[in-house]
Amino acid sequence: MADTDAIVGWKTITFGCHVMEPGSSARFRTGDWRSQRPVIDREKCIKCGMCWIYCPDMAYTQTEDGFFEVNMEYCKGCGICAHECPKDAITIVPEEG
Amino acid sequence: MIMAKRVGIEVSIALAEAVKLANVDVIPAYPITPQTHIVEHLSEVVANGEVDAEFVPVESEHAAMSCCCGSSAAGARTFTSTSSQGLLLMSEILFIPGPMRLPIVMAVANRALSAPISIWNDHQDIMSQRDIGWIQTFAENGQEAFDLTLHAFRVAEDRRVSLPVIVNIDGFTLSHVVEAVELLSQEEVDQYLPPFKPRYRLDPRKPITMGPVGIPEVYSEAKVAHNEALKASRRVILQGWKEFADLFGRQYNPIETYRSEDAEVLLITMGSISETAMTAVDTMRDKGQKAGLARIRLWRPFPGPEFRKAAGKAKILAVVDRCLPPGAICGPVGAELRSLFYKVPGAPKIFNFIAGLGGRDVTVERFEEMVDKSMVFARKRPKELYEVIGVREK
Repeated sequence: MADTDAIVGWKTITFGCHVMEPGSSARFRTGDWRSQRPVIDREKCIKCGMCWIYCPDMAYTQTEDGFFEVNMEYCKGCGICAHECPKDAITIVPEEG
Repeated sequence: MIMAKRVGIEVSIALAEAVKLANVDVIPAYPITPQTHIVEHLSEVVANGEVDAEFVPVESEHAAMSCCCGSSAAGARTFTSTSSQGLLLMSEILFIPGPMRLPIVMAVANRALSAPISIWNDHQDIMSQRDIGWIQTFAENGQEAFDLTLHAFRVAEDRRVSLPVIVNIDGFTLSHVVEAVELLSQEEVDQYLPPFKPRYRLDPRKPITMGPVGIPEVYSEAKVAHNEALKASRRVILQGWKEFADLFGRQYNPIETYRSEDAEVLLITMGSISETAMTAVDTMRDKGQKAGLARIRLWRPFPGPEFRKAAGKAKILAVVDRCLPPGAICGPVGAELRSLFYKVPGAPKIFNFIAGLGGRDVTVERFEEMVDKSMVFARKRPKELYEVIGVREK
């Protein structure tokens, strides 16, 4: 909140509240209000990619060794990946602190 | 140069001709009584190739206003028109083009709201949409409907304004009457109305986002920015009227007065009933009553300073509302003026009359009744802040 308080007033807000820069939403870190997170058990994971397919925020990416990891700047902790995982390799745990 | 010509013409058709002369680009519209003749005529002139425009026969008024937002955002000069239930079906979208600074122009042929069903004239439709954040004017006669429509494009698209504008015309009592109207020529309109050059538009070569989410950190700022732009449009509205007068000789003001200089009681009206009110003022003057009239042409942004000046030294304002807001303290125009004069030293006493609902005629006698009642109320304060004129108490 402090950032926007410092920079945007009604006189300085963009015309019509337009966003003048294309693709700027990539910089909007939407994961910061997450209250829970997925934890992946690589012992159970079969690299099927169901988590990657179903994630509504495209927060999953495949690493070079074929496993999948989550970008916590975009993960909202919805739990769809854990629900869809055919091997129950994903556990949703509360965010602490 | 082809000069303006004075013709007998239905006011709806005259207004549609103004839109044609404005060289409109896109008209998304859905027909509804009593707006129908406006959009019918526009679909005809588009089909005849008289204007190079897209007429989009949308499936509802909700779609009409959505389509207007899209075409205006793409940089097209955009017009639509509606009435009553249609305006209400647009309502969700009507709040959007103001803050997004999309200069759509719309004519509203004012009509009552259901229930019971009524196709006839009053101002309940537009008053229900009072706070949509558009510039709003009210026309008194056919000439004004034509002139205000051209003025609407001029003001809306001015880069200092860039806001949507509604021109209100009374359904049937104005929209469907044939009047003598001086139609301007294409050359004259082109002199007054430059081509639309938006500050920003949707363009794949230079993408921007219009209508993003306003998170709590910026929402207030966005709303204040829109409100300030609407208030500041006043200067351009006045300038637009002045230039119109310079070019074509007809001067418009935010508030028009009639025999108001030494008036003790001022009738306050909006729209076409003002012509009857002027006749009533003449009748009362003949009887020696010091009655006058102030007509509100510019409703949003409300011209407070001009109204205070117009009200002058009048002791009593008899404010006519064409809308009955159930459960409210008084009518919307009455409430506005009570706020304007609250605790102002020497302020006039204000009485509010609700008249002409759902097409009920407001006659000369009714205006006389309002003035007489106001004078009685000034001596003995009434229980209610408003009275519904002409309603049968049985």
